[in-house]
Order: sequence, then structure tokens, then C-alpha cells
Amino acid sequence: MSSNVTEQVVATDAATAVIRNLTVTFGPLMLFQSGGCCDGSSPICLREGELLIGAEDLLLGEVVGVPFYIDREQFERWNRPRLVLDVSPGPAEGFSLEGLAGVHFTVSSGTSC
Amino acid sequence: MATIEKAAVFEAPGRTGSPVELKERYENFIGGHWVAPIEGRYSENLSPVTGKPFTEVPLSTPEDIELALDAAYAAKDEWAETSLAERSKVLNRIADVIEENLEMLAVAESWENGKPVRETLAADIPLAADHFRYFASVIRAEEGGISEIDKDTYAYHFREPLGVVGQIIPFNFPLLMAAWKLAPALATGNCVVLKPASPTPWSILKFAELIEEIVPQGVINIVNGPGAEIGKALASNKRIAKIAFTGETVTGRLIMQYAAQNIIPSTTELGGKSPNVFFADVMAEDDEFLDKAVEGLVLYAFNKGEVCTCPSRALIQESIYDEFMKRCLARIEQIRQGNPLDPATMIGPQVSAAQLEKIENYVKIGLEEGAELLIGGKRAHFDGELEEGYFFEPTVFKGDNGMRIFQEEIFGPVLAVTTFKTEEEALAIANDTMYGLGAGVWTRDTSRAFRMARGIKAGRVWTNCYHLYPAHAAFGGYKVSGVGRENHKMMLDHYTQTKCMLVSYDPKPLGLF
Repeated sequence: MSSNVTEQVVATDAATAVIRNLTVTFGPLMLFQSGGCCDGSSPICLREGELLIGAEDLLLGEVVGVPFYIDREQFERWNRPRLVLDVSPGPAEGFSLEGLAGVHFTVSSGTSC
Repeated sequence: MATIEKAAVFEAPGRTGSPVELKERYENFIGGHWVAPIEGRYSENLSPVTGKPFTEVPLSTPEDIELALDAAYAAKDEWAETSLAERSKVLNRIADVIEENLEMLAVAESWENGKPVRETLAADIPLAADHFRYFASVIRAEEGGISEIDKDTYAYHFREPLGVVGQIIPFNFPLLMAAWKLAPALATGNCVVLKPASPTPWSILKFAELIEEIVPQGVINIVNGPGAEIGKALASNKRIAKIAFTGETVTGRLIMQYAAQNIIPSTTELGGKSPNVFFADVMAEDDEFLDKAVEGLVLYAFNKGEVCTCPSRALIQESIYDEFMKRCLARIEQIRQGNPLDPATMIGPQVSAAQLEKIENYVKIGLEEGAELLIGGKRAHFDGELEEGYFFEPTVFKGDNGMRIFQEEIFGPVLAVTTFKTEEEALAIANDTMYGLGAGVWTRDTSRAFRMARGIKAGRVWTNCYHLYPAHAAFGGYKVSGVGRENHKMMLDHYTQTKCMLVSYDPKPLGLF
């Protein structure tokens, strides 16, 4: 586990490395925890500012300087987990940028806060 | 199903005896032609049955989306002016060719997605064909309107096509979801640029091979590639007049945001966490209906749980819980898992390794939250060719609705079961979710069924049935499950503009100037 811990999100070393590479390619980034259909439990990685952040979105923390958001109600319904950002082989299925590098981000839960 | 169960196992695409011919590589389908991606890059397409690649598809870039839009623009005026009779005929011919190639498409779909052929042969492919017939029919019965404003002034209302629309298809029903979106768009005179889901880019290309000579060039264009590049390039493009999307919520928000930026309409279907409610009276008799209700619970395993409306929360009245669940678990134990090309198989592999990992993660979360594992809970392993397939055992947890496994769409064969005491409590639990796509209600009391169905905040409430998807029954979400409806002629509104021609037959001037 890397030392990139801010509040409720931490990243594994592998995820940290992927984010650093993506930052080199795409510039500043943002991460947003998705929900719902298909690859709905995945965090989606976008260029910073790509998704308009609303009043009901919660900034959970930062991973290597990249802000990580979640919908406030979703976070409550997930019972406020501490999230661990990791990465696995195989492309992301949605609009998430790491898919272009042939990998996909995942989250697993640590203990709730 | 007796005759189906005796049928032989289908051969995988490309092998001797298979109904599906297979090429080593496929191209984009643009302007009625097979067009290589401009950058010449391809990606391997894996079968979830074996975990191995079986063909290649384009890894397209935004330039390929522009090519597809060029082709759609070249076709749009002529298609919009094609008579309704002719457009309807084209849709009916698509339906015919789907039916004539039922086994080929079913085997292609099963090999690429992992869903069993008993489902694709009986549901996915026949429903896709019927969907084209439905829209071929309803478009013929459409009428505009004439509104009398006064004796000399009349408003004529016409429905006109939007032009070129973008459609982004999910991986769980690659052909059926494409049919849901294509049929109304084509019927109303629009041309389409369609992006299949990245895990399932190929079966729709087999469909495209069938319709090459049926659909005018440029009316349907299919471009494969990563969502981050070409999904965005399509959804945010100035040249589309509407975007339709099925998928997760963040991309759904992006789609609506891009649509807002270009001031175009969008429709989104973003999933659910559907409650399936069983009242005590289902066990009042030991009869066919009880048997149907038991199957109704087990339908969470349909399409390995990769369904937006998967009945993934079962709410069972406390007084029947033990006996009802005993019957359901006995039925779940009988689910045959394995090669989806075997007509006896009831559940195949998950669509991708990513989905399999996600399901395992949710099982871990369920256990950590203190849910009781009643059955399953781990990967299923098979020998031989299936050794590296993405199989997961049908799984059931007992817990309470506050747990995360009751709140988030797992998109796998994982059921979360809880109990309730009263109808009021059942309704409260059913609605205690962010989503509102599907729901099920099972009871012999039709008054209670009606109250519950009206009380549940979801777009579709199956009542004494589940997982039926006939054309002419509207489908779509309440709450964060999305905006818009599919599967019904009301979709004609989603794919047309209203033109009002306001006419004065009075020769006299207004007299203002």
C-alpha cells in the first residue's frame, strides 16, 4: 500500500503508477465512483473538469493529487466505506481513460469510518 | 423444454459444424461497407467461455466516428423521405433475416457474451426480430394532427425524423439492446451511428453481415473501439441529433451533460437494484402458481445476473420464509452451469474477468457486513476448454436492506434476501433504494398486487411474473435508473421532432401595421 492516503480513499502502488502514467498522457485527472448497470461499481477516470461536479457530489479525498468523488447518497447507502483504489488487467468498459492502457480501475472497501 | 434438453451441443463459431462462420478479423460497418479503422489498430475479442481470443475487431479512433457520421449524413435525406411503407418493409425484412438465422445469431451471441443458448434461442434473438416487426407495424398507424384554432386558422402537426442519432449499447444483451434502439430510430426515418460495448463488439457485426443488402447504405453504421475515445467522440459530437445510452451512472451523467452542451435530447438507462416481493399467500396452495413464484425468485440467475432489472433483492414475508426459501434453494441447486452452447446449460460464464472480480469483491463485502451466505459464493471451475472461463456459482445471501449488497447493482448471479412482516414494510423496503427500474410482486390477492405495483417507484413492476420483455410494454427508469422509455411506440416521440405548420386561410391582414 502506498502512502498516498487522504481521508477515505487510498490507492495501491499499482493504481498509483497507472494514475501517474495517465497524468503524463492526459494532464490533470478526476476520479468519480460510478453506480448502476454494467460496470457500475467501477471508479471512472476522466480529464479534470470533464464531469460537472454538483452540490450533491462528495469529494472523498485525493489519490496522487487526483480528486476522488462519489454521489453523497450513494456513499451513505454504501455505509461510508474507506475505499481502496486498485487496478486490474483488461480494458475498462465505459468512458474511463485507463481503458486506453488496457487496464481498469477497481475499488474494494476497507473499514468504514 | 424437453425437446431442447435433448439437443446436441452447438459447435463454437468457426469450428467444423458450427452455424457461425468466423473471420480472423472484422472491420467497422460504415456506409454499407466494411471499412478498416483509419489508424489500422485492432484488439483481440475474448470469449468468456474460454477466456481466449477468437477474433479481432477495430480499435477505432474519433476519425472513424467522423467517417461513420459522414456516411450517415449522406444517407439521411433519402431515408427520411423514404415512404413509411418502404421503411416498414425494410424493418420487416430485418426481422425475417434474423429469424432465418436464429441459430447462427444465438450461437454467436452466446459465445461472445456467455449467455446460454437456451436463452438466446428462446428469448434474445426471437425478441430482437419481433422488435423490428413491432416498430414496422406501429409506424404505419401513426397519424399527425390537425388542430382548429379558429374557422380560418389551422395547426397541422407533423412528426419529422431527428436526422442522425448516436446509440451506445451495453454488453449484457448485445443484439437485443441494439434492436431496442435501432428499430424505433429506423422506423422514424433516422440514420444511426452505433457503438457496441467493448466486451461484446462482434455479434452485431454478424447481424450487419445479414442486413448488408437489406438496409440502404449509411442508414446503420457500426464503429467499435474504446468508450473513452470513440464513445465520447460520438456522444459529444455536434453532428448527432440525439444520443441514447445504456450503462453506468457516471457515464450516464456525462451523456446528459454532452447532450446539454449541444442542446440535443438524450435517453439513458442506467440500471437498478430491483426488489422481488413474495407475500405469504403464494404458499396458500401447493400448485403451479407456487412453482411459478419459486422460479420467479430463481430468475435472479437469468443471464448470470447481468441484467439491469435483475431481481437481485428478494423480499419474503416472514411467515413463509423458511419453507419458501427451502424450495428456492433446492431449485437453485439444480441450476446447470457450464458451456453456454449446450442447450441444457442454464447459466454460463460472466461476460469478462472484470465482472468476475467485481462479483467476488461484493461477496467479500457481503460476508464482512455479516450477511449469511446460503449458497454459492465462489467461482465455479470446469475442466478442459472451460478451465479459464469466467464462471461464478449462483449465490444467495440473507441480510438486511441497509447492507451494501442490497444497495448496489452487482451485475452477477448474487441474490440478497430479506424478510418483512407487513405490506407497508414490504413497500418501504422495496422503495429504499436509489434506483427504480424494475420490481416484482407475487401474491394471489389482486388488490394487494395493484396497491404494491402502484406504490413501488419503478418504471416496470412485473406482477406475478418476471423478466418478460415483450414489445408494446414500456421499459425505463424512475429515480437514478435513467430518463426515457424503450420497448413501446411512445419511443417514436424520442426519435422525432414535432413540426407545427400554422396556416391562415383568411385573406384579411391583421391590421397592426
